[in-house]
Amino acid sequence: MVKRLVVGAHYGLRDWLAQRVTAALMAVYALIVAGAFLSGQPMTYGAWRELFARGWMRVATLLFAASLAWHAWVGTRDILMDYVKHDGLRLALEVLTVLLLAGYLSWTIEILWR
Amino acid sequence: MSSAAAKKHRPKYLSLPAILFEIRLPLPGWVSILHRISGALLVFPFTAWLLYMLDVSLATQQGFDRIQGYLQLPLVKLGLLLFIWAFCHHFCAGIRYLLLDLNRGVELRLARASSAVVIAAGLLLTAYFGTKLW
Repeated sequence: MVKRLVVGAHYGLRDWLAQRVTAALMAVYALIVAGAFLSGQPMTYGAWRELFARGWMRVATLLFAASLAWHAWVGTRDILMDYVKHDGLRLALEVLTVLLLAGYLSWTIEILWR
Repeated sequence: MSSAAAKKHRPKYLSLPAILFEIRLPLPGWVSILHRISGALLVFPFTAWLLYMLDVSLATQQGFDRIQGYLQLPLVKLGLLLFIWAFCHHFCAGIRYLLLDLNRGVELRLARASSAVVIAAGLLLTAYFGTKLW
């Protein structure tokens, strides 16, 4: 067992933990949605719209979208840190990632509360 | 690492042909790199694609009908199948990593066996949802 003094702002631990908590949240949502799809009822527009009009479904979907954004940010940053060695290029790609994920989240809110 | 060791020139053996044909990844390595590739694919383009379909299908009845027709196109189904694989593999591999974080299945033999299970489960689930799709 290595005893080491952890100093600094703990960004690493927080992101590591966040990635796992958001993963668990998204897994639950995915299982519920997959179950609904596999129940085999033919989907009509009315039922589809009504499903996403329900308060709990909107909240669950928003929670999923927020989890996805955080989870994907940690994962994408890990990939970029490993493979993109040029600082400027990595920063540019990280900014692009943040914009993309923020865009996804806003788009989801727009779809849900139209 | 001492500074002398840091300065010592060490050869790197990572040419593209070496990566493609000579470096043989062990099974857990395959799970890992496929976890990354599937994760990257899910971020882009799949999230954008699915949000687009959700947007159009929820907006109007015509949009809903259009997406239902769109989902019948063979190329779209193929894309959806790739999405399903990426999702299922990422899902199964993710559960394996959560267990590894809890020190479950860390021994070499178990780690190899669970890697095989993850790769197989991803493919089998894709086949299952694929038959549902067609």
